[in-house]
Amino acid sequence: MKHFAALFRAVDQTTKTSAKVAAMAEYFSIAPDADKLWCVALFSGRRPRRTITATVLREWAAERAGIPLWLFEECYPVVGDLAETISLVLPPPEQETDRPLSHWIAEIRRLSALPEAERKAGILAAWDGLGPTERLLFTKLLTGGFRVGVSQKLMTRALAQATGQEEAELTHRLMGSWTPETVSWDSLVHAPDPTADLSRPYPFYLAYQLEDLAALGPASDWLAERKWDGIRGQLILRGGEHHLWSRGEELMTDRFPELARLKDFLPPGTVIDGEVLAWNGAAEEPLSFNALQKRIGRKTVPKKLLAEAPAILMAYDLLEWQGADLRQTPFAERRALLESAAAELPPEAPLRLSPLVAAESWEGLAGERARSRELMAEGLMLKRRDSPYLAGRKKGDWWKWKVDPLSIDAVMIYAQSGSGRRANLFTDFTFAVWKGEELVPFTKAYSGLTDAEFRQITAWVRRNTLQKFGPVRQVPPQHVFEIGFEGIQRSTRHKSGVALRFPRMLRWRHDKPVAEANTLADLQTMLATYGGPETVTEAEA
Amino acid sequence: MADVLTFTDSGIYCPAGDFYIDPWRPVPRALITHGHADHARGGMGRYLSTDGAAPVIRHRLGEIDLATIRYGETRRIGEAEVSFHPAGHVPGSAQIRVEVKGQVWVVSGDYKVVSDGLSEPFEPIPCHAFITECTFGLPVFKWTAPERLAADLNAWWAAAAGQGRFALIGAYSLGKAQRVMAAADASIGPILTHGAVENVTEVLRAQGLPLPATIRVTPELDLKAHPGALVVAPPAALSAPWARRFSPASAPATTGFASGWMALRGVRRRRAADRGFVMSDHADWAGLNDAIRATGAERIFVTHGYTSPFRRWLEEEGYDAHVVSTEYAGEGETEEEEA
Ligand SMILES: [Zn+2]
Ligand SMILES: [Zn+2]
Repeated sequence: MKHFAALFRAVDQTTKTSAKVAAMAEYFSIAPDADKLWCVALFSGRRPRRTITATVLREWAAERAGIPLWLFEECYPVVGDLAETISLVLPPPEQETDRPLSHWIAEIRRLSALPEAERKAGILAAWDGLGPTERLLFTKLLTGGFRVGVSQKLMTRALAQATGQEEAELTHRLMGSWTPETVSWDSLVHAPDPTADLSRPYPFYLAYQLEDLAALGPASDWLAERKWDGIRGQLILRGGEHHLWSRGEELMTDRFPELARLKDFLPPGTVIDGEVLAWNGAAEEPLSFNALQKRIGRKTVPKKLLAEAPAILMAYDLLEWQGADLRQTPFAERRALLESAAAELPPEAPLRLSPLVAAESWEGLAGERARSRELMAEGLMLKRRDSPYLAGRKKGDWWKWKVDPLSIDAVMIYAQSGSGRRANLFTDFTFAVWKGEELVPFTKAYSGLTDAEFRQITAWVRRNTLQKFGPVRQVPPQHVFEIGFEGIQRSTRHKSGVALRFPRMLRWRHDKPVAEANTLADLQTMLATYGGPETVTEAEA
Repeated sequence: MADVLTFTDSGIYCPAGDFYIDPWRPVPRALITHGHADHARGGMGRYLSTDGAAPVIRHRLGEIDLATIRYGETRRIGEAEVSFHPAGHVPGSAQIRVEVKGQVWVVSGDYKVVSDGLSEPFEPIPCHAFITECTFGLPVFKWTAPERLAADLNAWWAAAAGQGRFALIGAYSLGKAQRVMAAADASIGPILTHGAVENVTEVLRAQGLPLPATIRVTPELDLKAHPGALVVAPPAALSAPWARRFSPASAPATTGFASGWMALRGVRRRRAADRGFVMSDHADWAGLNDAIRATGAERIFVTHGYTSPFRRWLEEEGYDAHVVSTEYAGEGETEEEEA
């Protein structure tokens, strides 16, 4: 595993994209096939499942290190990562061995099937035989926590350099539900017929947040749609089967069984890009995102939920038609084909065509954008009429033009340190609003500040801690932050009676005295205006 | 029996000798372990330090009333016998031994037990009570062996030099900066220094420390004449405008930090440097435990660092262990500069 460890260190140590790509390309040209395959799998988020509980690993590591468990637990928040804490406390290896990555993954699988005593012996032996980085990686694979600071896109670029294949072609090949157990390196990367896999999706085209409206040119070059607040999905109908893929390349077919009916209405050789929404058939409008959220966490769906929150696909693009890849066809033409295909569908088919938002001018579109919330949309999508369907996040042809987030000024009352990269900073804060003389906590937020601001607030928290509750520090109410969020709903689980969607810090309001922060009554007004009913349960949230 | 040393708002105090050790508020008489800013502060009436530490202390504090003492030499102050012994932290750094009526207490100052080749190596001093720092008092801290550190540093520098890029390293001006220079392989290229580093280096060089030739970076210095140089600067300078000239768009500098905190991947990543070198002038976990054991002391007072878990650990190991709060640079916030 020394090569893989060297690769991990190289991509972990540098902040430069070119250096990361070069390190990966080198690895792909020297590693054995089985290891390359696992490397691609791991770097694209195809981690083996965790088979051994973290609790016993902590105990074994502390025991091997000759330290009490409480001392191990003191180390963990300082390090911020369990596998790293384990590999740091263990004594140096007695004799290092160099076995391939694929060996260690097989070893983990073998160990997880053994009785506990043998499993422990196997893991201790592995720890004793691995150098620092190798040990960290082995333990991360054990805990199921392997992550690396490389996007799939960069990995694909490196693979393209190492194999001489087209990047786009490789992107397509790497999608889908393969695992290193089900494919070989050759069949994944080199085999002649990539479309043999009927379930294989196209890489999603991802839009950027709009930066400069003036740079888009005349409004007549563009088509606008609502930006729906659901789950992006790609529906594939090929060879009598159907598959639904999420943007994160997860198969969601079984989570939304009602979409199977589309096989009856649309011909094989059809691929549609759209948004999965929970749908109110009577009103012909989306249910709130919270209704859909109930469906997300479930692999199979009880009947009651199917009836309460039925799903449809809000279709907005046609990527394949009659078996032909349409991605190079201009958007306006793809859209026209999609419209004619959708026009044939009966109303009971679980598909709707995402309507175009008609407007002659940018001013007209701005007016439409302002209506988004009342239409249960997040804003507008702008798509250039003559654009092809690109792969990945590319600037220029698709833009998200979201409505501004809802916001409220709140007082910070608790702080907690972050994890991993931010283990030494206080980054997770609890915020409160006024209810008379009392401050009522209503949300947590942990992103949105710059690193410099986090450092500044961290120094302040250290000097001003009133009380510690485990990792949580109570601080005096002195700082006001503007909290932005995408939605609000009633919640009986929260003391404030509300729960926010995607809360984050928009700004540190140095200018605002604590007394002028918003009130619970302000939140209740927002709830009445924009709120949805309580539908999320703890397990799903 | 009265304690040899007590802990006051101004610092560690010896009633029998009426002096303070590394005080943080102005006092009439101060014994100083070493020249780092959290230990040697201005405003004291009289100072006493080792002759090896004195030049840097004078350089930092200017005109002060400073007397010096050699390692191992005993001096009587009031009712106390005082001597200074190598702490291995930076050149000239000392532990201070205080004996009153047969009771011996030792203040460690900052220390490390592994020799860095420049500082006088740490000597364990038998004592009844030991006041020890514990900046890195958790078992996750284990330092890289010096030879391995030198090899890693030179490999990193040589790779950058081979591409015509500067290798820019952040290292504390007193101690680590000189260790970096001493470890650097002069056949790779020249060593450039930030003014703050060069000032201290000049003082140490004048004392006779074997340090390689360095070139002070000034606004006038022609960088093109020194391609592929190793640039040694205080950690904060790496994110300051000062560092920009080493990173032309065509060949941006590669950056590194030398610090004990680099043992933690999270800290390393947050610093957004290309490389982290685990180099510290403090003792690691094993070093702290070895040093404490070697004193034979039964009473241990722990200061700056992970004091509460370290105290509990020592107690479970059978020591009479206490936490003392001091104003030496401590946990977490010392990430920029572990002094
Ligand atoms: Zn120091
Ligand atoms: Zn110090």
